[in-house]
Amino acid sequence: MIEREPVVRFDNVGMRYGPGPEILQDVSFALEPGSFHFLTGLSGAGKSTLLKLICLAHTPSRGLIRLFGQDIATTPKKDLPDLRRKIGVVFQNFRLLNHLSAVDNVALPLRIAGHRKDTIREQVVELLRWVGLEDQLQARPPTLSGGEQQRVAIARAVINRPSLLIADEPTGSIDDKIAMRIMYLFEELNKVGTTVVIATHNEALVEHFNYPCLHLAKGELHVIAARREWRRA
Amino acid sequence: MIRRHSDLPLEYDSSNRFLPWMIAFMVYLAVLALAAAMVFGSAVSRWGAGLSGTLTIQVEYGPGAEAGIKKLVTLLEATEGVETVRVMTADETRALLEPWLGVGGTTGDLPIPRLIDVRLDDAVPVDVAALDRAVKAAVPGATVEDHRRWLADLIALVGSVEWLSAGIVLLTAISAMLTVVFAARTGLAVHHPVIELLHLVGARDRYVARQFQHHALMLGLRGGLIGLLLAAITLLGFAQFLQSLDNPVLPALTLSTVQWAILAALPFAAAIIAMYTARVTVLRALAKMP
Repeated sequence: MIEREPVVRFDNVGMRYGPGPEILQDVSFALEPGSFHFLTGLSGAGKSTLLKLICLAHTPSRGLIRLFGQDIATTPKKDLPDLRRKIGVVFQNFRLLNHLSAVDNVALPLRIAGHRKDTIREQVVELLRWVGLEDQLQARPPTLSGGEQQRVAIARAVINRPSLLIADEPTGSIDDKIAMRIMYLFEELNKVGTTVVIATHNEALVEHFNYPCLHLAKGELHVIAARREWRRA
Repeated sequence: MIRRHSDLPLEYDSSNRFLPWMIAFMVYLAVLALAAAMVFGSAVSRWGAGLSGTLTIQVEYGPGAEAGIKKLVTLLEATEGVETVRVMTADETRALLEPWLGVGGTTGDLPIPRLIDVRLDDAVPVDVAALDRAVKAAVPGATVEDHRRWLADLIALVGSVEWLSAGIVLLTAISAMLTVVFAARTGLAVHHPVIELLHLVGARDRYVARQFQHHALMLGLRGGLIGLLLAAITLLGFAQFLQSLDNPVLPALTLSTVQWAILAALPFAAAIIAMYTARVTVLRALAKMP
């Protein structure tokens, strides 16, 4: 029987910024392909740092990280873009490009991947319509509300159907109805094989969707299989 | 709906304002320097074509001048390597002095020497020093003017002007490159968060560099064309000025079609230099990023 390689694997990963204290200590876990996890923990617990390590924004101070079976410490720099294109990221502060329209922001991963212009337009407009922004296609981020910006950021993260989707508080600025719709979008992606990790403070969301949690507390990670156990933790 | 644009907001950078003008001034200087070299080079070629392989024998004004000329003509015709010998008329000699003395300036009692125009056979070397001695022995006071000597000096002078022009062009190119390096590095620092985002979305360094190089190409082209336009106005104005002086000693400021084409290519060369400089600068800087 062929054993499937985890999409993400952390072994004793530690992370500190400069000479400061370790934000993450001996973090070890593995995310199987097609899994869905919430990442929980109090503010400052290291959720964003963990997500930055997964999306290759940072390199760990120690430990081993494997993404899609590749040890990132030994992966040549020229191969990193290919790895990153498999990862969709919803950043906590959205990180939209203010000089570009909503359409052009969402199209960014497809342009970078070298897709044809005519196919890009169709996909982008369809997705923006799906997240309820059909009237804001040409709007620039500064003219959009926080919730609208968040939806543009989410659309950008999922437009190229990533193998791994990580989202930092993706429903933080949007109303419950849109939040549920976004979560269903993530579920749909998960059903077709995308591995999903969502960092959230939203207990209701975790309650509603019965997925395991990666819970960070004092820099240490605990994997919790059931939502009720998470509440006890 | 999906427009051709840059993912990096480079068009809002301060370099957008100063870089085209820096390149415009550099192209302006380079065009003027090259044009000067071309005008001098063309003038010397024209003079050289008229004077190479010739000598002029000068016979002092006086009552024995005509007899001396006859004697010298006989001597020169017998000299090996002399192709033709032609005695210039007094009117022709006066015409040669008109650029300096003006029309009618040589009439009256001004003593004008008589000149003999000698054309040499290029295939047979002539000992000019020996000929000078023979001429002086035959007609005391007569002198041999070897144009090749002062023409060589003039060619050396023009050669120096050409080297100087090449130096100016090289310096302007280096200055343009340094300016672009500075602008690209500033752009990298200013847009670091966007570049980081592009990397996280999967952009390769080449993708980011392409945006900088396209931007530099456009700015270089814009600046180069402005510089060329200003230089063309200056050259045409200067040509008009020279023409108004009506002085045949000064070289005419005229350029051939090929020379204009070379000058017109300078803005494009500047734009391409700017583009590759930006590319190399950005790729080197990105290679150092994690």
